[in-house]
Amino acid sequence: MTGAILSALASHWRRNPLQLLTLLVGLALATALWSGVQAINAEARASYGAAAATLGEGRFAQITAKGGGAIPQHIYVALRRAGWMVSPVVEGRLGPVRIIGLEPLTAPGDLVPVSPASGADLGAFLSAPGQVFARKETLARLHDTGAQRIVAPNVAPGTAVTDIGLAQRLLDRPGQIDRLIVLAGQPLSRRPLAEVSPGLTLVSPRGDSDLSRLTDSFHLNLTAFGLLSFAVGLFIVHGAIGLAFEQRRPMVRTLRALGAPLRRLVALMAVELAVLALVAGMIGVALGYVVAAALLPDVAATLRGLYGAEVSGQMTFRPVWWLSGLAIALAGTAVAASGALWSLARMPLLGGAHARALGMSRRQGRQSAAAGLLLAVAAVLAIRGQGLLAGFAMLAALLIGGALALPPVLALLLAGAERRARAPVAQWFWADTRQQVPGLSLALMALMLAMAANVGVSTMVSSFRLTFVGFLDQRLAAELYVRVEDPAQADAIAAVAARHADAILPRPSVDRPVAGMPAQIMGLRDHATYRDNWRLLRAVPDVWDRLARGEGALINEQMYRRAGLDLGAGIPLGQASGRPDATLPVLGIYGDYGNPVGQVVLAEGLFRDLFPDAAVQQFGLRVDPGRVQALRDRLRTEAGVAEGAMIDQAAVKAASLAIFERTFTVTAALNVLTLAVAGFAILMSLLTLAAMRLPQLAPVWALGLTRRRLAALDLLRALVLAALTGALALPLGLALAWALLAIVNVEAFGWRLPMYLFPLDYLRLGMLTLLAAAIAALWPAWRLSRTPPAQLLGVFRHER
Amino acid sequence: MNAKVLAFLLLFPVAALAQGFAGLGTSAGDFAQPVPGKALRFPADHGPHPDFRIEWWYLTANMTGPDGTPYGLQWTLFRSALAPRDGAGWDTPQLWMGHAAVTTPDAHHVAERLARGGIGQAGVRADPFLAWIDDWAMEGPDLDSLRLTASGTDFAYDVRLRASGPLVLHGQGGYSVKSAAGQASHYYSQPFFRLSGTLTLPGGAVPVTGTAWLDREWSSQPLAGDQRGWDWFSLSFDDGNKLMGFVLRGATDYTAATWIAADGQATPLADGAFAATPLVRHGVAGRQVPTTWQVSLPARGVDVTVTAMNPDAWMQTSVPYWEGPVTITGSHGGTGYLEMTGYD
Repeated sequence: MTGAILSALASHWRRNPLQLLTLLVGLALATALWSGVQAINAEARASYGAAAATLGEGRFAQITAKGGGAIPQHIYVALRRAGWMVSPVVEGRLGPVRIIGLEPLTAPGDLVPVSPASGADLGAFLSAPGQVFARKETLARLHDTGAQRIVAPNVAPGTAVTDIGLAQRLLDRPGQIDRLIVLAGQPLSRRPLAEVSPGLTLVSPRGDSDLSRLTDSFHLNLTAFGLLSFAVGLFIVHGAIGLAFEQRRPMVRTLRALGAPLRRLVALMAVELAVLALVAGMIGVALGYVVAAALLPDVAATLRGLYGAEVSGQMTFRPVWWLSGLAIALAGTAVAASGALWSLARMPLLGGAHARALGMSRRQGRQSAAAGLLLAVAAVLAIRGQGLLAGFAMLAALLIGGALALPPVLALLLAGAERRARAPVAQWFWADTRQQVPGLSLALMALMLAMAANVGVSTMVSSFRLTFVGFLDQRLAAELYVRVEDPAQADAIAAVAARHADAILPRPSVDRPVAGMPAQIMGLRDHATYRDNWRLLRAVPDVWDRLARGEGALINEQMYRRAGLDLGAGIPLGQASGRPDATLPVLGIYGDYGNPVGQVVLAEGLFRDLFPDAAVQQFGLRVDPGRVQALRDRLRTEAGVAEGAMIDQAAVKAASLAIFERTFTVTAALNVLTLAVAGFAILMSLLTLAAMRLPQLAPVWALGLTRRRLAALDLLRALVLAALTGALALPLGLALAWALLAIVNVEAFGWRLPMYLFPLDYLRLGMLTLLAAAIAALWPAWRLSRTPPAQLLGVFRHER
Repeated sequence: MNAKVLAFLLLFPVAALAQGFAGLGTSAGDFAQPVPGKALRFPADHGPHPDFRIEWWYLTANMTGPDGTPYGLQWTLFRSALAPRDGAGWDTPQLWMGHAAVTTPDAHHVAERLARGGIGQAGVRADPFLAWIDDWAMEGPDLDSLRLTASGTDFAYDVRLRASGPLVLHGQGGYSVKSAAGQASHYYSQPFFRLSGTLTLPGGAVPVTGTAWLDREWSSQPLAGDQRGWDWFSLSFDDGNKLMGFVLRGATDYTAATWIAADGQATPLADGAFAATPLVRHGVAGRQVPTTWQVSLPARGVDVTVTAMNPDAWMQTSVPYWEGPVTITGSHGGTGYLEMTGYD
């Protein structure tokens, strides 16, 4: 019996290969987009982890030379002999590869590929010709060093780890060390650092979460994109499965009449779908790998430029992707098929295939009701909801509700057009279009979701760029920023700047918890630079005058949201400043994008009263843009400022803009991919409908419309439907962007991105949507124009 | 002898590590070999012998505080060579490892240091004498008068040592045989140090006085292939005589000992003269280690029970072992040190 059922089930696919193709390709594309995006995210995260592990920057304090530069090796020995448990590191570039030289006997165990405890060949690492550990792709780019090359996937991308002795020789830096890792366990007593060598400075561990927190926003955007792409794909799958089950109803009835048990039938159909899902899932994961590999270099460049996060531009294939990709394909199929299986299971044995038209209209009604309900839920969540989960639930309700609302709204619009039409052909055109909406509705929903996702994500990315660049304009209002190592250097910088800069803006600051959250408190000199450039999100009147008089403080948006300090609320600075009564009202709130901690800004004089011991950490220098380079050179030679301690406003801006161009490349590529998926859905729906529509077209043809004309009208119909869908998708996409910017971002990162509109982008997206629809409709239309007249005539010959 | 070699395995290539203690029985290759009849020369032989694979400067002390509380102290510097040559800078094949410990009746503090030779982080100079790794040092104008310092995360010590007797050569003029097959090392001791100084412990500083015993040994292949571990005793009897004895546990046990008279006169004792039998085993770090022994040397009328002062004196270092102070009862009274390896 089982064999007979299986062969009957399989015969359906044999007779409808196109349907099988739709199902497989749709599911594969959905899985591909989802797993591709996941792969990119996973690869980037793995890179951060490897970087933190290779450099130990997150976990260990470090000792560096004041003002940058190398530490002589004898200082390392002097520190060890003074009781400091430190381990030397030398770094440098050898062609395209960053070389890190470590000392395995003193380095923290997990930092070195051949730590004594790891059981690796320490002797070979230390003895000539030595060993170099790196990823495979890095080794391929590494010049021949004579050392043994060892593949180590855990080393950070673009980095090679070797013994410090070999590294010094390769980098031609004998006797030089760049920094010292300070180990966790230090002996009972050791001589003070300044006594051993006054030129050194101790840097606290950076905390490895910083980088991932900064980049989280970027990854969240990608994840949202991946999820939406998958939803688009699921619509295709749902459509294909729905159609297949619809057509198999008579067969199911026959099989059951012949005695096939319902349970076994349903079970076998579920197994059949699971097998198909696995096949499609595997194709999808492989495709996703291709997508990710193609996009990863751009993503890597973006992350490197934006956050300084080194990410491998190469994909490594991780087994967990296979599993998660297949799982999501199976889950997606289950979701898409559950309804169809359920209705088959409940089908009355003798009821048969023909009650569907009625069901269709009833389903339309249910669908409208569901759409209304979901949109209402989204609205309630948008107003009342709290937390990240509510944000995502709101997104889901909005998108599904919007998609479900599409067919009824389209039907309404087309009915309106039909009423206005006067010419008979036009009347027929609108009526026929409306009649086709149910058949095309799933494909159109997919198109709408794709378009909405693209509008939403484009808006978000572009808003992010505008905001970020504007933010840089504000926060980097001075032409040059200089980080200060110690008070003596601060004096030297001030002396150079007094002679060569137009204005000096010292920035003293302390890091203290305020209102229960980690925060930085800064003193700001009253200067036109700030008054002219800083734009405050909210402020009391005369905010700058009142700030200058020391009547209150400015706080960043993170502190406003997380600590709940609104305008006029008291900022408790008592604990931070050691003066119990120090409480200052909030005068203004400013945007501080990407910063994970809170900030409090005081007038310079008030800051010095509250924190008399705080040193100037940073100077802002105003100077004619043309003289920035000259000033940099003077600061370097006369005040001993390291090159890395100076931030040049123009350079930062240029770099940020270049980065955003990269981001747009990624976004644009994903746009085209999702629209292509939606276009494919339309193509498949039109092809399926083509055969069924012949009885409706034949009379019109018989009345005198040529096949060419009919085909042109079909093409036009696809364009009209796509245009209407696109127009409806625009508000949905904007709502999506708003939800991402104003709800999800705030919940996830504590700051809200202002939303900007980009009509030209939307127009371009609209054109792309039309293009996708036109390409999809072209082949079916061409086939229609070539339909043999005999076939059309056949419609009249058959009795219906 | 002392069989403190084991910790050295750590610094050997992994092949040796995988072989466990048998690693020390592997062929010495190009390294120099101990030669019988070779006269030791001082102070030159207080310094390192880079042509040999392994070497150590190993000091243990039995001390008491002002209230009579007994304490034990260990200061060890190991040298291990990847190749039989010296050299300057990172290229040198000479590696160094330090172990320091303080044992009280109810606590055992341990620290470990590792360093490359050639850059000044660790090394030994014979004259004036200096052995150091990081901030730990054993230093003095000569070997008779030394200052000894070390520190860990929870302890430190700073003590002075003054020799009250001559150097003692083990075996035949310092050529100490380790197995029936003829494996050997160069081995001499200074067992006559008087000690005074300060221990810094979690409870505060403790002034101490006592005695200390320095072992110097170097070799390239000290063990036979079947030898898996050893039990080593340095015993100072109340009557002024001292006894160094060890059992190398292999297919058949191999024992050797040196009887040291109060005036420093040393008598080597052949295989079988010295016997040590475990009486009580103690669970420490997941192993069963004998911490009470019956030790006998019938030729000298010695039949004593040797008991660990603190049975938990486990050295949780890169390669772990047991090392701690002991008290002696029976035919003789006294104090000493016990080391046990290979109890896996």
